[in-house]
Parts: sequence; C-alpha cells; structure tokens
Amino acid sequence: MTPARFPPAMWTTAFAGIARREMLRFVNQRGRFLAALVRPLVWLFIFAAGFRAVLGLSITPPYQTYVLYEVYVTPGLVAMIQLFNGMQSSLSMVYDRETGAMRTLLVSPFPRWFLLGSKLVAGVLVSIVQVYVFLAIAYLWRVEPPLLGYIAVLPALILSGLMLGAMGLFLSSAIRQLENFAGVMNFVIFPMFFASTALYPLWRMRESSTLLHDICAINPFTHAVELIRFALYLQVNWLSLAVVLGCLAVFFGGAVFMYDPAKGLWMRRKGG
Amino acid sequence: MMTPALSIQNVSHDFGAVQALTDVSLTIAPGRFAALLGVNGAGKTTLFSLITRLYDNTSGVIRVAGFDLRRQPAQALARLGVVFQSRALDADLTVAQNLTYHANLHGIGGRTARTRIAEVLEQVGLADRAGERVTALSGGQMRRAEIARALIHRPALLLLDEATVGLDVKSRAEVLALTRDLIADHGVAALWATHIMDEIQPEDDLFILHRGRLLTQGSAGDIAGAQGLTRAFLDLTGVAA
Repeated sequence: MTPARFPPAMWTTAFAGIARREMLRFVNQRGRFLAALVRPLVWLFIFAAGFRAVLGLSITPPYQTYVLYEVYVTPGLVAMIQLFNGMQSSLSMVYDRETGAMRTLLVSPFPRWFLLGSKLVAGVLVSIVQVYVFLAIAYLWRVEPPLLGYIAVLPALILSGLMLGAMGLFLSSAIRQLENFAGVMNFVIFPMFFASTALYPLWRMRESSTLLHDICAINPFTHAVELIRFALYLQVNWLSLAVVLGCLAVFFGGAVFMYDPAKGLWMRRKGG
Repeated sequence: MMTPALSIQNVSHDFGAVQALTDVSLTIAPGRFAALLGVNGAGKTTLFSLITRLYDNTSGVIRVAGFDLRRQPAQALARLGVVFQSRALDADLTVAQNLTYHANLHGIGGRTARTRIAEVLEQVGLADRAGERVTALSGGQMRRAEIARALIHRPALLLLDEATVGLDVKSRAEVLALTRDLIADHGVAALWATHIMDEIQPEDDLFILHRGRLLTQGSAGDIAGAQGLTRAFLDLTGVAA
C-alpha cells in the first residue's frame, strides 16, 4: 500500500498516537508545565507592575482607550509561552535524535512531512493548554479582554504556535548536538523576544532607533504577538496574519527538506 | 523462488570525504537469522541507517521484502522492525503506552493494537509490567520491551543493532535466546549486528563487515571452519588479536 492508499483511519490513528504521546509527556512532566507558567507570570506580576509607571502608553491599536501596561504585555507573554514551547519541542527532538526515539518516528511508513507536521500540531495543542491557564490567571490580575476574545484568539494561537513550533523544528534539524542547543536558544529566544512588540509598541522603538524599529518590524515574533493581540480584541491584523502564514510555510518547508534522507544536511555525519 | 526478506545490491555510502560503505551486497532469505559481524566503526550502524532510510545511500539498491526502499519507502518500512542500539522507548511513559504509540505509528489502533500489545508482551515475558514506567525496568527487560515494540506490526524483517550492548552476561543470553525464539515463532527474518562472536551460532548466516566492505558471507559454521570464528575473523580482517 502506498501512503496515498492508506485509509483515512490509519492517518488519523498515526496522528492521534503522536498527539497522545505529546500530551502524556506533558502531563508526566509537571515541572515543565509549572516552568512554562511561572516565566510569563513573573513578567506579568513583577516586571509589568514595576514598569507600569515608567512605560506609559498612548492609545495603540487594537486598544481603543488607554490600557494598563499589564494588559499590553499579556499578548507578548502568551507568545512567549508558545516560543518557549516551540524551543522545548525542538530541544526534545535533538535529544530524541541523539538517543533512538526520533529514529522510531522517522522509520514509520507514513511520509516524513506528515510525521513532522503531526508532531508540530501536537506540540501546539500542548502550548494552547498552557496559554489558556495563563490567561485565566491573568484575568484575575485585571487583564480582561472581551469574553468572545478568548474564543477568537484560538485560531491566532494555532497559527502562531505552528509558526514558532516550525521554527523550532527547523532549528532542531540544523543542530547536530545537544550541547550546541543552549547557544542557539540564547541567540534565538532572547533577541526574538526583546526585539519585538511584546514589551513595547513599535512607535516607541522608532523614537529610539530607526534600525531597531525596522528589526522589530520584520521579526516574525512581532507578528505572532500582534496577531494574538488583535484577535483577543476581536480584530484581525492582516499584515501579521500574512507574515505568520508565510513564515510557517518557510520554516516547515525547510524542516521537511532538512529531514529528508536524500536531501537533508543533518544526516551527513559519520556513523559506525 | 521466495522473495528475500532483505536484498542489498552494490550499496555504497559516504559522509563527504569519508567512505563509510563500499559496494556492499547481501541477501537474507525469509525466516533466516543472519549476523552482521564487525568491529566498532566497521559500518554496521551506517548500513542499518541506510536500511531504515535515515540516510539515503549514494548508490545501489536496497529492497525489504521485495520493495525498493527508495521508490516504495512506505511499503518497505511497513515490513521492517528495528531495535536500535540506544533506547528508543520513552522514559516518561509506561510500557503499554510506548507500545501503543509505536503501533499507532504503523496505523494500528484500537482493539487491534491492544490485542497485539498483549500478545507481544506475553511473548517477551513482560505481560505483568505493561502498566509500569519504562524507567522501572531492568536493562534486560527494557531490551525485551524494545523487541516487543519492533514486532508489534508483524514485520517481515527485524533489524537489531547491537541489541545486547550494556547488558550483563545473563541478560545478554536471555535477550538473544528470546530473539531467536520469537523469530522462529513469527517466521521473521533477522539481521543481528554485533561485535560479540559468541552470539553467533554455526547455523546462522554470517556477513563480516570491515572498514565498510563485506569481506565474506555464508554459513557461520563454514566461515569458522576448524580454526573457530575468532581466528577466522582476525585472519580475514587483519585485526591484531
């Protein structure tokens, strides 16, 4: 049977198995769940509160009035959860590759793009659980978007999660050793987060530096943040949507290419 | 004539300037236990990586149960079970959860998966450990669980890459004996990669790999001759005793 002739039930079974495994691992690793929550909550409770007086904001879309700084940074912190989740998944893939777990995934008869895509979607589902728990806690901290916003934001979370997860997947295909991953994290996560609109709006950066403004404007993470921000307030940022979709296609396509045994680059290392 | 479980024809592979395999050809008949013997660095794991399509060989053809690995990868991989040298089971999951995951990766779910999992766990003697975390198992038990995982989808060919490495003498003997029994019961062919001579029996098919080349192949008893397998191996490879 060729993959095209696998009945739909088999594809569903394979995807469900991959998703179930990610969920089970997440449930069993409670420390990871707590760490994923503590990080943005520290930013929300301490950083945002402390800098509220310093970082005043004028009315910035999609907000129609002045908002508390905590309200402004919440979408950025949501995207931070997804960014770290994407990098965590990437780290686990590098680790799995060094052991044997990744190999058992890749020797499945299903096409590689399907296996990687399933793993990506499964990781996003895990991150969405984390996000909603964070948003529930943020609600108690007076971050109160419209109730319908909690539903409207779901598609944005899926797309931004997929983009950030695909970026992690692409990175995992290029990193050869676990020890190198920490360096990559430092070069990717922190610059992406700080050079974005997660903590301050673009117009603020233009006041300081045109170059920094431009970097932030083209940063895919900025567009993930804005997509989430607008969706929480029942609006669509079309530019950010286009950027997120485009980056998702590029990162995922790159990852599938890198994991292809005929074309990929990470495979070509000395074996035994 | 029966379709071979594994057919490798003129396969070569390089990692840039390093030639890992040179013109390797071998065939394994259905139901046969074949040993791939070589020292560390001989190319055993590279050959396995090619058969499992983790790498794409630079030349030659590999067929699993008659299916060309490059042209018909889904059909070929569906007939392959693999026990890797390093642990592939997820430490965070139970034995049953791990086997369910691997069954799902072959499109097997629901009642069929549960039935097969119960069968293979019974066969490897881990039926009473199904609900335990993998980390609670001993080294030998983990290997048995890996073998169970590799047999869930009823492959035509089982690849075992140094499956006894890191085990004590007793566990090693148990795993090897279990593997031979399972292969006979399931009618599965096996390619057992090892550098340990006493794991090979005279009636096994034997392939000796050295520096990426297949030096000889045939019955282990014939290759060993009167001088014994160790002497024969050292003479063929020129490795100092």
